[in-house]
Amino acid sequence: MIQGILICSLIFLSFAIFATIYRLVKGPTAPDRVQALDALGINLISGVAIFSVLLRSTGFFEVILLIGILSFIGTIAFARYIERGVVIERNHSD
Amino acid sequence: MTLLHLAILSPFLAAILVPFLYKLFRKVHTGWFVLVLPILLFIYFSQFVNRTMEGQPVISIANWIPSLGINFTVYIDGLGLLFALLITGIGALVILYSIYYLSKNKEQLHTFYVYLLLFMGAMLGVVLSDNIIVLYTFWEFTSLSSFLLIGYWYKREKSRNGAQKSMLITIFGGLLMLGGFIMLYIMTNSFSIREIIGQVPEMSQHDLFISALVLILFGAFTKSAQFPFYIWLPDAMEAPTPVSAYLHSATMVKAGIYLVARFSPVFSGTPEWFWIVSAFGIFTMFWGSFNAAKQTDLKGILAFSTVSQLGMIMSMLGVGSAAIALDSLDDNIFIVATLAAIFHLINHATFKGSLFMVVGIIDHETGTRDIRKLGGLMSLMPITFTISIIGAFSMAGLPPFNGFLSKEMFFTSMIRVLEMDVFNVETIGLLFPIFAWVGSIFTFIYSMILVFKTFTGKYQPEKLEKKPHEAPIGMLISPMILASLVIIFFFFPNILAYTIIEPAMASILPSLLADGGHFHVHISGWHGPTPELYMTIGVVLLGVLGYLTLTKWRSVYRIVPKKLTLNKGYDRALYCLDKSSLGITKFYMTGFIRDYLVYIFTFFIVILGTALIIKQGFSFSLEGTAPVGIYETVLAAVMIIGTITVLFSKSRLTAIIALGSVGYTLSLFFVLFRAPDLALTQLCVETVSVALFLLCFYHLPEFKKKEKKLRFRMTNLIISLGVGTIVTLIALSANSQRVTETIASYFIENSYKLAGGKNMVNVILVDFRGFDTLFEITVLGIASLGIYGMIRVNVKREEEG
Repeated sequence: MIQGILICSLIFLSFAIFATIYRLVKGPTAPDRVQALDALGINLISGVAIFSVLLRSTGFFEVILLIGILSFIGTIAFARYIERGVVIERNHSD
Repeated sequence: MTLLHLAILSPFLAAILVPFLYKLFRKVHTGWFVLVLPILLFIYFSQFVNRTMEGQPVISIANWIPSLGINFTVYIDGLGLLFALLITGIGALVILYSIYYLSKNKEQLHTFYVYLLLFMGAMLGVVLSDNIIVLYTFWEFTSLSSFLLIGYWYKREKSRNGAQKSMLITIFGGLLMLGGFIMLYIMTNSFSIREIIGQVPEMSQHDLFISALVLILFGAFTKSAQFPFYIWLPDAMEAPTPVSAYLHSATMVKAGIYLVARFSPVFSGTPEWFWIVSAFGIFTMFWGSFNAAKQTDLKGILAFSTVSQLGMIMSMLGVGSAAIALDSLDDNIFIVATLAAIFHLINHATFKGSLFMVVGIIDHETGTRDIRKLGGLMSLMPITFTISIIGAFSMAGLPPFNGFLSKEMFFTSMIRVLEMDVFNVETIGLLFPIFAWVGSIFTFIYSMILVFKTFTGKYQPEKLEKKPHEAPIGMLISPMILASLVIIFFFFPNILAYTIIEPAMASILPSLLADGGHFHVHISGWHGPTPELYMTIGVVLLGVLGYLTLTKWRSVYRIVPKKLTLNKGYDRALYCLDKSSLGITKFYMTGFIRDYLVYIFTFFIVILGTALIIKQGFSFSLEGTAPVGIYETVLAAVMIIGTITVLFSKSRLTAIIALGSVGYTLSLFFVLFRAPDLALTQLCVETVSVALFLLCFYHLPEFKKKEKKLRFRMTNLIISLGVGTIVTLIALSANSQRVTETIASYFIENSYKLAGGKNMVNVILVDFRGFDTLFEITVLGIASLGIYGMIRVNVKREEEG
């Protein structure tokens, strides 16, 4: 029963992922793509979570956290890049 | 290490001292110090004559590499002693001559005497070593020191070319000879010549016997300037004249003769030995004398004459080897050939040495060696003229000089070839006396050219650079000694007979002597009206005729066009070798990494593929494989789509993103196959590397940013498919042929028990196999330092620029 539900949600998740990938490829502007990437990261988090329930394992919780952090940092970095042209600004004393 | 070893090595030791003596005593000609050594050595070696006359060889062993059977064994028998006396005796005379020949102020004397002493020591080592590896070592030393001496005036291009040519040819022969020596060792398991001779009966049936024979003869022929390897000798005449006199007439070129004589007990009696040695010898004799008559340079004449005389000695050694086949001492008619060979060896050293010195004097006093510029020197240089007439008449084979005796014996041995009934000689045996006779006529002609074109005729002072006058007395001493020996050996040939020649014959033909037996050696100037005498008369008559009509038949030499000569062939061969190796290198070393990768992967496919096919390593079984699930299939499909996108993407950005997607899918695979640590790491690493790729992409130079699709190449497709197939096949075969159980169970059982950790991957990384981790940390450290270094160095350069 629960397995069926999990597989169903995985399939829906896959649809969501493909939709965001469409936006990633198509997206007319860079911010569109960054947002798509961010959404993709969130989708992956839920995918891994469903997998770990399916596999009955707690070993993948760190992966979930990591994807969260990475997607956050990635989004911030891209945002900074779009806003200011560089990701890491130089010290003024340099 | 005995006195004997020290005597052989003493020239090497003296060579160390020479530069110091040169620097300390600038007022004294360095040659005077050097002169002492060969005289002492000559006296030292002459005391062995009594021992060798009684047939008692001197043996002395010093260990060098005993574990390999390589020891410095000195073995003095008649043959070795003859050569040792020649080397030291003529060495002393040449050094005396060189003292007056080489200027103290203009020449680099220390290098000259160092090279000369090196050569002398090497030559002594060659003739007195019993161990063939030691012999080979000294042999290469002679090649090397000869190279240095020929290139003594290294600022002249001709000297350098001559040195290079002689080096290439003699080293080529030397290496082949080493091959022959090693074959001898394989056959007999011994490096000692005496022990090898002892094993001849068993050995002569061995498969390698003939190959060893041919290879050793290659060494002897290249060193002794036999046809077709004689080409280096005329070019070696760029050396200073004392060097030509010493190396290229009396000693080094006779090393090959020595080798043939030394290995005669091993190989003679076989038809191959007889045919190669005597046929090449007699042809060289003819060819050398034929070519000598066309030279216009005095040293050129002497060089070709040396070639011819060496061929003559070689052919006599070859004919003498037939004596073994007859196998009885009584009325063995071929022994005389060996006798004649040794006798002529001595004679040639005397008259050719004196002739070279005479030519050196002429060169020194007139400034030229060209016979077209010389003439009418008879009254200006009477002593030189006398010496050269003695030397040249001896070379031509006239009485009352020693060359007459050995030439008569040469004819005797060549006529006796006609009576030979072994080795199928009957068929073309007649060619031997004919070649010998025609060659002797040419010998007569060039000997006459040498004397009369130089000393008689019109005196042409306007063509000469200096005003000619008689040489200083010191320069004349050595050639005078040699010239007087020429006459002494004619009138009293028997002072050599039982002291020197007979023991030498005993070492060349040991199997013919019963214990304590002796050869009958009798050399006489007059032995009745024999065919030899008529041949000599014919030589003289035709020779005189030929010399007088020289201008008429000279055009004979133009029949063979210059392009077809051996020298041109050698030059062309070197040029082609150079050119073609450059061409081949340029063909495959294209400078494109793409091409090198093609080679690497092609060999990868070919070697692995053939190895698998030959060893029948293909094996596929589905035993023990896990069932395929739906998630794996989906992920694999995603991964394949990503990979194909990488290949066919139009822009680089797409390729980077697609590559990233492959990496993330891989981390999902890790999740699926329950490897959380790997998944974590893979995610981080993939993110960082995609970021780096984007960095690279962003910094591409503007003008090349034109984005192009990957070009299609058939070879690349084939090779990539091949590599993929091979790797897949190997992976499948490896998986279906598991031999033993995995060791994973050990880690499962012990990771908590022994290491106190529950995360098995981490326990393996830091406890069970911490070493790998340490060095992976090092790798990362090096990489980061390298990146830092690259960036900083670039920044600095920009700042400086």
